[in-house]
Amino acid sequence: MAANSNDFSVPTVQLLAPDGTFAPNEAAEEFVPYFERLTDADHERFYREMVVIRRFDREAANLQRQGQLALWVPSHGQEAAQVGSAFATRPQDHIFPSYREHVVGKMRGLDVVDVLRMLKGLTLGGWVPEENGNFHLYTLVLASQTLHATGYAMGMQFDGATATGDPERDEAVIVYFGDGASSQGDASEALVFAASYQTPQVFFLQNNGWAISVPASRQSRTPFALRGHGFGMRSNRIDGNDVFASYAVTAKHLDDARAGRGPALIEAMTYRVGAHTTADDPTKYRLDADLADWVAKDPIVRLKAYLENRGVAQSFLDDVEQEAADFASDARKRALEVVAPDQDVIFDNVYAEANATLVEERAWFEAYEASFEEAQS
Amino acid sequence: MTMIQDRPMAASANRETMTMATAVNRALGDAMADDDTVLVFGEDVGALGGVFRVTDGLTARFGERRCFDTPLAEAGIMGMAVGMAMNGMRPVVEMQFDAFAYPAFEQVVSHVAKMGNRTRGRVRMPIVIRIPYGGGIGGVEHHCDSSESYYVHTPGLLVVAPATPQDAYSLLRSAIRSPDPVVFLEPKKLYWAKGEVDTSLEVPIGAAHVIRAGTDATLIAYGTSVPIALAAADAAEEEGRSLQVVDLRSLTPYDDATVDAAVRSTGRAVVIAEAPGFASVSSEIAARVSERCFSWLEAPVRRVTGFDIPFAPPKLERYYLPDVDRVLDAVDTLNWDA
Ligand SMILES: Cc1ncc(C[n+]2csc(CCOP(=O)(O)OP(=O)(O)O)c2C)c(N)n1
Repeated sequence: MAANSNDFSVPTVQLLAPDGTFAPNEAAEEFVPYFERLTDADHERFYREMVVIRRFDREAANLQRQGQLALWVPSHGQEAAQVGSAFATRPQDHIFPSYREHVVGKMRGLDVVDVLRMLKGLTLGGWVPEENGNFHLYTLVLASQTLHATGYAMGMQFDGATATGDPERDEAVIVYFGDGASSQGDASEALVFAASYQTPQVFFLQNNGWAISVPASRQSRTPFALRGHGFGMRSNRIDGNDVFASYAVTAKHLDDARAGRGPALIEAMTYRVGAHTTADDPTKYRLDADLADWVAKDPIVRLKAYLENRGVAQSFLDDVEQEAADFASDARKRALEVVAPDQDVIFDNVYAEANATLVEERAWFEAYEASFEEAQS
Repeated sequence: MTMIQDRPMAASANRETMTMATAVNRALGDAMADDDTVLVFGEDVGALGGVFRVTDGLTARFGERRCFDTPLAEAGIMGMAVGMAMNGMRPVVEMQFDAFAYPAFEQVVSHVAKMGNRTRGRVRMPIVIRIPYGGGIGGVEHHCDSSESYYVHTPGLLVVAPATPQDAYSLLRSAIRSPDPVVFLEPKKLYWAKGEVDTSLEVPIGAAHVIRAGTDATLIAYGTSVPIALAAADAAEEEGRSLQVVDLRSLTPYDDATVDAAVRSTGRAVVIAEAPGFASVSSEIAARVSERCFSWLEAPVRRVTGFDIPFAPPKLERYYLPDVDRVLDAVDTLNWDA
């Protein structure tokens, strides 16, 4: 029988068992040295990032419900996959997100209010990657960013900015995409190009089980991780709710990519615990039982158990809760304060150089809008 | 002038008030019941019933072989529809949003549109491509495009944009029966607007009609811009100006006869469309009206369209979109002192 995309008999790298015991499985062996780079402080950082972003996620969904955002895209359940992989990047790396990787942006220095500003309906895109840890724009058109990432990685090769032998300087790219997006031609083309040119790049596929209402099994009859081999690149499936697996496997593949050993694919098995977006109602298409199953594998509960087993101070856990609450309320407050840009920004930056048609349209628009103000005064 | 008998006088047993989304759903269901070769597929059209609930219940009623979710790839959906059509099926595919139809563009332009011509008429493409289109819903980027001009510019495609539940129902039935491929543009912002639908009524593709009588100027609209035209005509009436409104309904084929007759009767014309105006459906209409009605015109044809910029972010979309004031402003410039 063909394996399907959720077949767990495929080797799946796991270091942290769902109950929080540190027990690397066989598939994890080669990655343990990468895990060993982490300090206790790093473990705590993972926990902090995950707890903070989950609280923020809830706050953002509230803002949407209160009519403050046009839409919210929850990341609940996917925190370990995102935090672990983001921590494996180096400052010089470039990150091409999909649209759900809020914590990756945060860890790269993006102000989450920039995401809120966009979903509030005030900007398209909304931030400058160079000023935000090389965290590129969200891309709603599924899988198109995979090709952009590959092209960017080819640029690094062209510039000699990678594979110099100096890991402090060598650059690489990581691109995030989903199980649904993997079916797009763009995704396959990116994998073909990346393998062909041996780009310094990691494809990070978050298999969260669903593409809106469509299960991952509709996208693939074989585990996604096995596809990587077909394209000619190293490929691993990881337990995406194990932040250590996410970190260690991404760290290895990014290191290899920087060192000129070519691209890799990582499939992170995780779950979209929330709705696809606030516009979605998952009760229409999925079973509560599956959800309960995954909630039992919660990435935060797992890491917390691990930290507690190692005797983390209660005060640390309390501090993190406080920090999460503060972070969320600060984001909320600042999101409410965001003011709309001037209406004529809609004419900005359509072209790099002045365009006669637009100059005329803008002048008309400004005069037209002004005529209402005059009429009022 | 084409006279279309599409408003029966007597109340019919088939009349019912419903939203446009329901009308489209009803048309799909009725077409599937009438013809086993009609298949509905796309992203999230099955269990979920579509992100706009337009395909709600079709899988339950007709089974997964007739209405099904595809892998997430628009080029795949469209290319597969071509093969199915070659093999005698009548695919009705859904592109989830306007801008997400672009990955399928190559299949549409090079294959869907041209197959009949390339095979000297032997292999027709009775495919319907349903696309929720346009703004006015506060949608985030890539969810609000008016992409009709790309399709209208492609010979071989029929392009339809209804503005009422009735036309949505009847035109979709015509589209599914059509031997030619039809791009069926569904104005998202009108999905929840209600109207009466008579399911026995036939509306042929290619027939515009006058939906409001008027004598001073003609407003030409389609899809999303129809309610704006009607509202503008109401407002103008209060100011003592009588505006006629033409709803094109079909963009290809274009109903010159109805439009020309309407414009010649008033001598003034304003075209209203949400898409950027440059090299667009609205420019084609303005050009045709100018060429064919020149001697009747009291003023140059005016256009009220979206600006030639990307669709604005949700909070700024009202600055981008045509509205009643802009239409009245354009009407004011139509050389009334002449
Ligand atoms: C080209 C394209 N087609 C359709 C959509 C509409 N859409 C948005 S998200 C989504 C599902 C994506 O699923 P997946 O790639 O698994 O990512 P997830 O949302 O689960 O993180 C769909 C169909 C889109 N954004 N882009």
